[in-house]
Amino acid sequence: MELKTKVYQKENNLHIGRLLKESLSDMISSRFLARQLAVRDIKAQYRQSYLGIIWAFITPLTTAFVWIFLNSSGTVRLSDTGVPYPVYAFSGTLLWSIITEAINSPMASTSGAKSILSKINFPKEALLVSGVYKLLFNSSIKIALLVVFVFFYGIGFHWSLLLFPLAILGAILLGTTIGLFLTPIGMLYKDIGKMISFGLKFVMYATPVVYAIPKEGIMKTIMEWNPLTPVILTTRDLAVGMEPQFLTYYLIVLACCIPLFFIALIFYRISIPVLVERMSA
Amino acid sequence: MNPQPTTDNRDLTTDTEILVKAEGLSKKFCKDLKTSLWYGVKDLASGVTGNKKDRELRPKEFWAVKDINFELRRGECLGLIGHNGAGKSTLLKILNGLINPDAGKVTIKGRVGALIELGAGFNPILSGRENIYNNGAVLGFSKKEIDAKVEEIIDFAEIREFIDMPVRNYSSGMKVRLGFAVAAQMEPDVLIIDEVLAVGDLGFILKCFKTIDKILPKTAIVFVSHNMPMVSRICNQIILMESGVSKFQGTDVAEAIDKYYTRFVNNDSNVVFDDGSISLIKVELSSARSFESGIPQLEWGDNLEFAFHWKLYKPIDVPQFSVLIFDKEQRPVAILDWTNKAVNIKNDNDKISFKLLHKNIQLSKGVYSISILVSRGATRSPYLRMNNVMSFQILHDEEIWPPFLLQTIYSEG
Repeated sequence: MELKTKVYQKENNLHIGRLLKESLSDMISSRFLARQLAVRDIKAQYRQSYLGIIWAFITPLTTAFVWIFLNSSGTVRLSDTGVPYPVYAFSGTLLWSIITEAINSPMASTSGAKSILSKINFPKEALLVSGVYKLLFNSSIKIALLVVFVFFYGIGFHWSLLLFPLAILGAILLGTTIGLFLTPIGMLYKDIGKMISFGLKFVMYATPVVYAIPKEGIMKTIMEWNPLTPVILTTRDLAVGMEPQFLTYYLIVLACCIPLFFIALIFYRISIPVLVERMSA
Repeated sequence: MNPQPTTDNRDLTTDTEILVKAEGLSKKFCKDLKTSLWYGVKDLASGVTGNKKDRELRPKEFWAVKDINFELRRGECLGLIGHNGAGKSTLLKILNGLINPDAGKVTIKGRVGALIELGAGFNPILSGRENIYNNGAVLGFSKKEIDAKVEEIIDFAEIREFIDMPVRNYSSGMKVRLGFAVAAQMEPDVLIIDEVLAVGDLGFILKCFKTIDKILPKTAIVFVSHNMPMVSRICNQIILMESGVSKFQGTDVAEAIDKYYTRFVNNDSNVVFDDGSISLIKVELSSARSFESGIPQLEWGDNLEFAFHWKLYKPIDVPQFSVLIFDKEQRPVAILDWTNKAVNIKNDNDKISFKLLHKNIQLSKGVYSISILVSRGATRSPYLRMNNVMSFQILHDEEIWPPFLLQTIYSEG
């Protein structure tokens, strides 16, 4: 049997194709590790808690409740959303929480594995995949919850509901890509993580999460340009069976995401040794 | 331990093949955190552009590892020794591919196993059994492999009774045993070991060595340890590192270990107990043949004779003088018989002088030090106790590890 030869040196081979191939093949070969890490984290998370999975969607639910209350009590006056407002608000906050979790996921997974990263050489891509697994696990519960709302508020079944999980995958891809680009620098400076959570709070108000895009004004322009807008809107439209208005923009965003995702993956792969060196003297 | 002829033809064809080749490996580190992080950002950027430029030291940086070269074949074991911070672990991290060198390159063939941390990936909340799967996955096993080995692992770790208990309730020794039991299932071509075997009780350490002995013939091992007997036991090549550079390199393991120890020769004697009645004025090895940087030297088989000069501050009877000999690892190896009440000891008012002779010293090659206990004759209650009073060196051609090389006579039986 031919032994596999590895060379470690300062220079990177900058063959994008080869790096990407290695990255993807590592991702495939480390399926079991990724699953194991995800199962480990999920189990450990819920074994030490009574409320368990409730924590995954308590934030989006409360945010939605606050807005439903603000709306129904007349404190704020929101334009018509086309669907019962509670469904609009719930779907918005649940989708938003999936996207933010996706953005945070690569950094959280990498950061959580610091102690192994500095001691054992394993396919680092497994960390990303395990992050995605955890994300899918949490998201599937949120999706189930959302479907319950859809039926509870009498919107009923539409065939587009079947496309809804696919649209969620798109949302996860977008979030992961953003998160992946920020991970290397975020692993060095804690500021990045703070900035993300801080910034996302504002971005939420520039995205049709709890209210629709206004008919005119500066906010209309911002929200229409915001690349998160089509993701939220299209996914929600599919869930409630409306005509997705931003479908083209959504597809453009996804089409951009795929090459960007691969570039981010290569960047991540190149960065890991530098990060390991800096995080463990 | 005879390596069995193996049917795995991989072992036959690659017997003399070089598995690890390091050429001019260097790595620099930064002394300041903020600067280090900023350099990290710069390195990220230069990583994207290919890192073709030569790396010079930037402000606040130093070479943690500088220009290390070696080759290692299957069945060989390279020992890396040196004091703390000499760059051993950094070198291991480069060999393991965790960090990239700043200059030079390393070529490794085959599956690499690293015993740098045992039980990596353990989650304290989960049970021992679940963590076998976690740790195994991190080490690169497939689910099927772990399924097949899990019982063996539990038996090896000897914790069957507690295997379904959360790992956070394990003792540190149990965690290490479980971690090693999983790692011992690796069948690496290159094995990197960093000081992990220091923990655990004696039974565990013996078990570890049995395992290492078993895999050594099929593996190239890089071994970092501060435990010189272990190093001399398994290594056949050695690098002594100091401040990142190789101070000594070769197959003469014993010489490297000697050099390592001379770095720690400590000439400060220290008084552990003193009740003020007696003090040591002078001690010398009166039978010394020569001196090497202040340390008296004897040939193996010479007479060992000390001359002691004491001063008394209180009128006391002639006390007992016990002289203990320690080896360089501070293990006591011998005590000179004190019961032979010296008739020659002069109690000249406030001074005592005497000589102490041991004929035909059979200590093996190396540096030894002595400690002295001065005590009241009958009750043995101490007057004075001093450690590391003086050092001496035994010279011999034969490098051996046990503290004694005993003279023998072979005759026809």
